[in-house]
Amino acid sequence: MIGPFLLLHPADTVLVARTNAPEGLEITLDSGPLRLARVIPMAHKIARHAIAVGDTVLKYGLPIGIATEDIAPGAHVHIHNIRSAYTATHALQDADGISAGVSR
Amino acid sequence: MKGWLRADGRKGIRNTVVVAYLVECAHFVASEIVAGFRGQDVQLIGFPGCFPNDYAARMMERLCTHPNVGAVLFVSLGCESFDKVRAANAVDASGRPVKTLVIQKSGGTRSTVQAGHDWVAGALTQIADVPRVPMAVSDLIIGTVCGGSDGTSGISGNPAAGRAFDLLVAEGAACIFEETGELIGCEDIMAARAITPELGQALRDSVQKAERYYATLGYGSFAAGNAAGGLSTIEEKSLGAYCKSGDSPISGLIKPGDIPPRGGLYLMDVVPDGEVRFGFPNISDNAEIVEMIASGAHLTLFVTGRGSVVGSAISPVIKICANPDTYRALAEDMDVNAGDIIEGLRSLEEVGREIRDLVLAVAAGGRTRSEDLGHREFILTYKSFEPIGPACLPGAA
Repeated sequence: MIGPFLLLHPADTVLVARTNAPEGLEITLDSGPLRLARVIPMAHKIARHAIAVGDTVLKYGLPIGIATEDIAPGAHVHIHNIRSAYTATHALQDADGISAGVSR
Repeated sequence: MKGWLRADGRKGIRNTVVVAYLVECAHFVASEIVAGFRGQDVQLIGFPGCFPNDYAARMMERLCTHPNVGAVLFVSLGCESFDKVRAANAVDASGRPVKTLVIQKSGGTRSTVQAGHDWVAGALTQIADVPRVPMAVSDLIIGTVCGGSDGTSGISGNPAAGRAFDLLVAEGAACIFEETGELIGCEDIMAARAITPELGQALRDSVQKAERYYATLGYGSFAAGNAAGGLSTIEEKSLGAYCKSGDSPISGLIKPGDIPPRGGLYLMDVVPDGEVRFGFPNISDNAEIVEMIASGAHLTLFVTGRGSVVGSAISPVIKICANPDTYRALAEDMDVNAGDIIEGLRSLEEVGREIRDLVLAVAAGGRTRSEDLGHREFILTYKSFEPIGPACLPGAA
């Protein structure tokens, strides 16, 4: 447990929110203390360490995708900055976990 | 626990009259027959297509001879391609009351509905005499699916279902997990659990087939709501879904309609064989549940994070909610709150035991939330499969 975040496996490069973590919340990672740049909804992920573009992202100790850009510690890790090594992810406007799921 | 004893020796946990339409053109008439029995155990299933399909014929036969089914009424328009004679013969050979009504020969809508109503009323009386005999955990087949997954599913609901599977397998039950399209990325860890190396290779091959199939379709088995719930990729979803299988050794690989020959843990390969022909392997969650039932599942564990309200025809569905916020929002539809694990209120072990105990209670006649609410969803569409290979059921007679 790191604040409201779960470390599921010692090798993981992401942490999982076990509740809705508010913007500005201060947490301390290995790189030092930082504030969340945005709300992290329950079950969404943040970077545990700096992740470089092309790095394999680990959750449950196993690969869940590949970083498509450099990701700073504490940043939201999701479809905007990682991709599947298999098939592309289909998503709508609500993929950030905040927006409504219907197009206007 | 007592079950309804069927002629093939299997025991049912329900004693349902099934009304099955054999083409969409007969759907309304069949549903009108069922509507006359609200509050009684008369349920609608059916196949919408007019073109013949071996998979659909086999599924329908398996469903209509499922141990939870006591009697079957087929409703045919008359000119569809479904082989209704073969299906009725199979049900008759299983010792169940069966009747086929052909709308084109029965005077149309009203008289067919009336004839169907009369037959079902008689069948309900007739099957009330089917003997109930003692039933053990080792008589049970239990399926698990997940639907509306989110980032909590792989942390709470699916591992808790997996824990329940471990307990049930240890007690001799046959447990089936599925959706090879949601095991992409898990091939290596899964193959290592097979009871023979050859089975391990078959498990690996089934996931590779799913990967090719979905690649052709252009979509993975991943819905928009999965991303809203924090899942970023198919492999992340897969790793969470995989937890439903628990930690038992994997005893076999089956396809829809294959019935596990004994207790143990089985993977169901749900992705069709050959070139992509009829579209997406399972177009929605109930298609997966129906395949579990066709393989003999007495009941199904359904893990959801985003929320689902479905039940099923024929076999009860136990809904396990992984996400505590979703549980609060949809409490009347949920049987188990695995969100307690996320909030630190209960352990995985405690929730796993609750699920195992609930399986036995529902098998003994206790009703699930979806049964109480009247849910009886059902969907069956086109697919094609080759039979399983010799490595898939090691040690089978």
